[in-house]
Amino acid sequence: MNGRVEASVEAVFREERGRLLAALARRFGDLDLAEEVTSEAIEAALVRWPVDGVPPNPGGWLMTTARRKAVDRLRRDQVYAAKLAVLQVEADRADPFPAPTVAGELPDERLQLFFTCAHPALAAEDRGALTLRCLAGLTTPEVARAYLVPDATMAKRIVRAKKKIREARIPFRVPGPEELPERLPGVLQVIYSVFTEGYVASSGPLLQRIDLAEEAIRLARILRRLLPAEREVAGLLALMLLIHARHEARTGAVGELVLLEDQDRGRWDRPMIEEGQALVVAALTGGASGPYGVQAAIAALHDEAADVASTDWPQIVALYDVLFALEPSPIVALNRAAAMAMRDGPEAGLVLLDELAGEPRLREYHPYPMARADLLERLGRLPEAAAAYREALALARTEPERAHLRERLKTVETS
Amino acid sequence: MKYLLLINAGELDGGGDVVGCEPEDWMRFDKEIQGSGVVVAAESLADLVTATRVQVANDGKRTVTDGPFAETREVLGGFYVIDVPDLDVALDWAAKCPGSRGGGSIDVRPVAEFLGG
Repeated sequence: MNGRVEASVEAVFREERGRLLAALARRFGDLDLAEEVTSEAIEAALVRWPVDGVPPNPGGWLMTTARRKAVDRLRRDQVYAAKLAVLQVEADRADPFPAPTVAGELPDERLQLFFTCAHPALAAEDRGALTLRCLAGLTTPEVARAYLVPDATMAKRIVRAKKKIREARIPFRVPGPEELPERLPGVLQVIYSVFTEGYVASSGPLLQRIDLAEEAIRLARILRRLLPAEREVAGLLALMLLIHARHEARTGAVGELVLLEDQDRGRWDRPMIEEGQALVVAALTGGASGPYGVQAAIAALHDEAADVASTDWPQIVALYDVLFALEPSPIVALNRAAAMAMRDGPEAGLVLLDELAGEPRLREYHPYPMARADLLERLGRLPEAAAAYREALALARTEPERAHLRERLKTVETS
Repeated sequence: MKYLLLINAGELDGGGDVVGCEPEDWMRFDKEIQGSGVVVAAESLADLVTATRVQVANDGKRTVTDGPFAETREVLGGFYVIDVPDLDVALDWAAKCPGSRGGGSIDVRPVAEFLGG
C-alpha cells in the first residue's frame, strides 16, 4: 500500500480510534493498554481489510480484535495479569462489552474520556495534549508539532499524565447530573485552550502542522453530539466557528496581523458564520446564558456587521455587561472598555482603560497597552501612543502581532 | 485503592486552632467518614511545639532539634488513610474535610501498591 492510501485509511480510522479507545479504557481502566490494543487492532485492519475486504460489521471486528489482543497481552504479562484480571472480570460482569449498532458502528462512549483527559487533577498544560491524543486521534509527534515543542518533550508530558491517571486512579466515568455543572466547564476550557493555542502557535515556522483551531472545532462537534442539551457546548462551538470564520482575513500579505476593523470581510467564511449563528440561538435559548454563549453572541454581532461603523456597539457593550457579571475579570473589563470607546468615543474608553492600570492580570497582557495605544492615537496624543505601542511590542509573543505593532509604531512616530 | 489525606492547617488563631473551623465541624466530619466504613487509619497530630526533628549525617552522627516550627506556612495537622474506588471519591472526602477550608488544604496521595505485598 502506498503512503497516500495508507494516510487516507488512517484518517477514516481517526473517528473509530477515539470510540474504540474510550470503550476499552473504561473496561480495562488502563489507558496505556487501551491505546496499545486500539493501535494494534487498527494496524491489523490496515493489513487484513485490503486483502479480505471490509467486514460487514467493522466496529465489531475492531472491538473483537482489540479485546483479543488485550487478552493476549494479559497472558504474556504476568504483572499486568495479576493487576488487571480481577478488574476485568469485575468490569465485564457489571458492565458487559457493548454490542456495535446494526450499522456496525461502535457505541459512543467518548464522553467519559473527555472528562478523564480534562480532569482537574492533571496538569493544565497536559490536558489539551492528552485530549488531542485520545479524542482527536493525533499521534504524539503530531501533538508536539502542533504545540511547537520537541517530540521528546511532548512524549514526556503525555507519559506523565497517563501515569497519573493510572496510578492515582482517575476514573473513566461521566460525572453525574449534580457534578456536571462543576466539571463541564473544565472540559470546555480544555477545548477552548486548544483553539486559542492554535492562534498563538500560528506564528510558527512549520507550514505543515496540524491546525489546532480546526482540531478544537472537531472536538467541540463531537462533544456537541454527546451532550446535545448542554447549551454552553453549543456556545463554545458557536464562538470558535464565529472567530475561525475570519481566519483567512486575519493575516496580511506578509503574515502580519490584520485587525478586525481593517479586515476584508468578503474573505470571511459565510457558511461557517451561518452555522455559528444558528448555534448562538441554541446557546442563548431556554435559560440563563453561560459565558461561551455570550461571547459567541458578541462574535456573531461582529460577523453580521458590514463594517466597523455599522456594528451594533450598544448591543456589544450590553453583552459585555452580561459577561462581566458572569466572569468579573479584568480581561472582560478591557474588552468592554474597547467596545465603550467604539460606542461613546475614544475619550470614554480611555477613562475606563486607565481605571484598569495596575491590574496584576493585565501587567504582561499585551492587548492592554495595545488598546490604550490605539485610543491615544485616535485622540492625537501621539507621543503617549508611541510609548504604549512600544510597551505592547515588548510583551507580544507572536510574529504577526509584532509585525502589526511595529507598523503602527512607525506610523505614529512619523506623523 | 488507598489514599492518604494529609491535612495542612490554614491560618491559626492565637490558641492554635484553625480560623473559621469549629471543633463541631471536625466531629461531624469524623463521624460521617468513620461511619461510611472507608477509613483505614486516622490520627490528629499534637501541637506543633511538641515536634522534634531527627537527622542522621553520613558519618552516623545523630542530630536532634526542637521543631520544626512554622518554617512553611502550611502545618501538617493530621491525616486520614481511606480505601475508596477512585480518585474522584477521595477528592470528594477531601473537599468535605473541614481542614480544606479557611486557607487550609488537603493533599491527596495515593498509597503505592506493590504486587505480592
